Amino acid sequence: MKNMIKQVFHSPKFIIGFIIFIFMLLTIIFYPLIVRADPLNMIGGLFNKPGTYISVKDVVQTNEYSLKINTVSAKLNSISEEDKKSMADWLIRFGNVKKSEININNATSLVNLWNENYKSTAEQTGLLAAQKQGYMRLNDKIKELMSNADVYIATKDNNGELESKAPLDSQAFVNTNDILNEKTFILGTDNFGRDVLTELVSAMGTSLKIGLVAGITATLIGLVLGLLSGYVGGTLDDFIMFVTNIFTVIPSFILLVLISFSVGQNARGVMLTACIIGITSWPWTTRSVRSQVISLRNRDHVNLSKLSGHSLPRIISTDILPYVASYVVMAFILQISSGILAEAQLSMLGLGPATTKVSTLGLMMNWAMAYKAPLTGAWWAFVPVILAITLISFSLNLMNTGLDQVFNPQLRD
Amino acid sequence: MKGYKKYYFNKVIWYVLTLIVAVGLNFLLPRLMPGNPVSAIAVRASNGMTDQTAIQKVYEEYVKTFGINKPLYVQFLQFVKNLFRGDLGVSFTYYPRTVSDILAKSVWWTVCLQLPAILVGWLLGNILGAVAAYIKGAWDKAILPAFLFLSNMPAFGMAILLLFFFGVYLKWFPTSLGYGYDLNPNVSLQFIGSVIYHYQLPFWSIVLITIGGQAIGMRSMSIYELNADYVKYSRFLGIKDRKVVKYVFRNAMLPQITGLALSLGTMVGGALVAEIIFSYPGLGTTLLAAITGRDYPLISGCTLIITIMVLIANLAVEILYGFIDPRVKAAQEE
Repeated sequence: MKNMIKQVFHSPKFIIGFIIFIFMLLTIIFYPLIVRADPLNMIGGLFNKPGTYISVKDVVQTNEYSLKINTVSAKLNSISEEDKKSMADWLIRFGNVKKSEININNATSLVNLWNENYKSTAEQTGLLAAQKQGYMRLNDKIKELMSNADVYIATKDNNGELESKAPLDSQAFVNTNDILNEKTFILGTDNFGRDVLTELVSAMGTSLKIGLVAGITATLIGLVLGLLSGYVGGTLDDFIMFVTNIFTVIPSFILLVLISFSVGQNARGVMLTACIIGITSWPWTTRSVRSQVISLRNRDHVNLSKLSGHSLPRIISTDILPYVASYVVMAFILQISSGILAEAQLSMLGLGPATTKVSTLGLMMNWAMAYKAPLTGAWWAFVPVILAITLISFSLNLMNTGLDQVFNPQLRD
Repeated sequence: MKGYKKYYFNKVIWYVLTLIVAVGLNFLLPRLMPGNPVSAIAVRASNGMTDQTAIQKVYEEYVKTFGINKPLYVQFLQFVKNLFRGDLGVSFTYYPRTVSDILAKSVWWTVCLQLPAILVGWLLGNILGAVAAYIKGAWDKAILPAFLFLSNMPAFGMAILLLFFFGVYLKWFPTSLGYGYDLNPNVSLQFIGSVIYHYQLPFWSIVLITIGGQAIGMRSMSIYELNADYVKYSRFLGIKDRKVVKYVFRNAMLPQITGLALSLGTMVGGALVAEIIFSYPGLGTTLLAAITGRDYPLISGCTLIITIMVLIANLAVEILYGFIDPRVKAAQEE
């Protein structure tokens, strides 16, 4: 046993998979100890971008420093490529500017040219009214960016009239360390305004639990059926194999959909979903256990046990089980990863756990898609989730391949 | 050929039996659940309907199709009888369209998307896997983890990533539907062009997912065969490498075909969810609409037709296998 474990840890594939998996497991365990916030707390807004959010009022009330930095050029660099292209286009077509004079990568010179040449009243043949309007809006936007005028902060005095407190010029800065109220969303917020990172870590935990329960259920059913079918043989074997073959061909996805729908919205919790996934994914384990048991059934040591009059449970547990254990472990690992995947797929169909108390990877995907995160460009709401699902499954499969190579020397490279 | 007949006859009988079990499950599962018999679904389905005639119609439809008050075996016979007439009931969400009408429209989108995608993915995967096994070295070392990672990504994940990158960010391809929303299905160049344009993202996302798993399987099968005694012996005899490789890959191919048959169900399931991402007008999107609308007849129809499709595909693979594997042929000619 000790030797076997030693051998397993010599397989580079197993080690890589194991390290990734343990790293994720440690994150799931230790992250909530550091960040104590409730993962489902709705603090932000709809798909807030990743970044640090600081209180505007705090900024206004904090000591300001004057730095000699040209803030306008940074602002001008924020003009999008598309806007720059359409500016250049207008200048060439209607502003009598030569193409060679325009450098689209230099925002400052482009804006200078624009300010010199753009007139909303100019003859613009071939442009639709909407396009003309668009250029006027663009012009306004640039004017605003260029504006050097002071911004005034005002409070209401006793008479309810606004009284200006302080002018803010464009060179006033504050030190972010002075600001007391700030919140960092490393991965932004989801559609409910929940911190995606915190939610993701807790969802990974829940999904792993689902995979574990599904894997245990499937492995137990598969192991019992495989042992019975392989060792007892005869009619029982025929019957079990008949059922197993049928369930290998009927897509488990379909059974999942049918059962999950029939169970109904109210009953479908996290654990029930996991069990449903488990009872639809046992055929693989049954098949592999059965074929192993059949090859073991007539070995000498088993026959010796039979002759000694040992009982069936004893023969199975001491003479057969240890030999199939490695296959069962491998099947179990695969069941976990396919269980996590199945939960995600079910949730995408709206048949996942019907709960708002916990989040799972599938539910996060489902909400992100329901609120059209990809179309609004909110990548942080779905890319990390997809990566998390893939990484969990990747690490488990790597471990499985490593084990496979240790137990089946023929597969070694 | 006589022996083949028996082989195929057995296969077909076996698949018919499986189909009967599948139909039985489709019928039984929703009825066995405590507190949620079909009658309750009927009540729930008509909830929120304001049109009195529509509600009455739904009830009548239910009494007619399911025979709610009769014993279970009578209901089952009624169910099968309706099935043979192609009558799967009336959809709630798309009332008054019938389920068979809706399915007849969407099933072709799914078949035309998934069949070529899975086949292309399977072929490409096998070629890449075989090449990786043959060349070894750096190419193999680099490509294997990539495939392993790919094959572990859920199909919908790949679909979303492609949608986001090529559809939203680069704007190369449309992000949803099977053809332009301003077009009506007809046989014109414009329509066919639009269909092909909309086809790309769903197609490639399924292909990419399929490639990963198949390449890994083919690679390890090829390595296993390349180390077999007959290869060493042939090399020792001085038979040209090209000729040996041909045999190796033919042998390695066989388990891959069985593997395809066994994993078809899983692949189709994943690809259906990928369809949803693109609102592709196939069965996946129909199934989602049915589940959202709690449209029981439509769900039942969808699951049934998907099962039948997978069974037919499996049968086709097994029949093909009989022709390709010389061992089957030898066994039948004894």
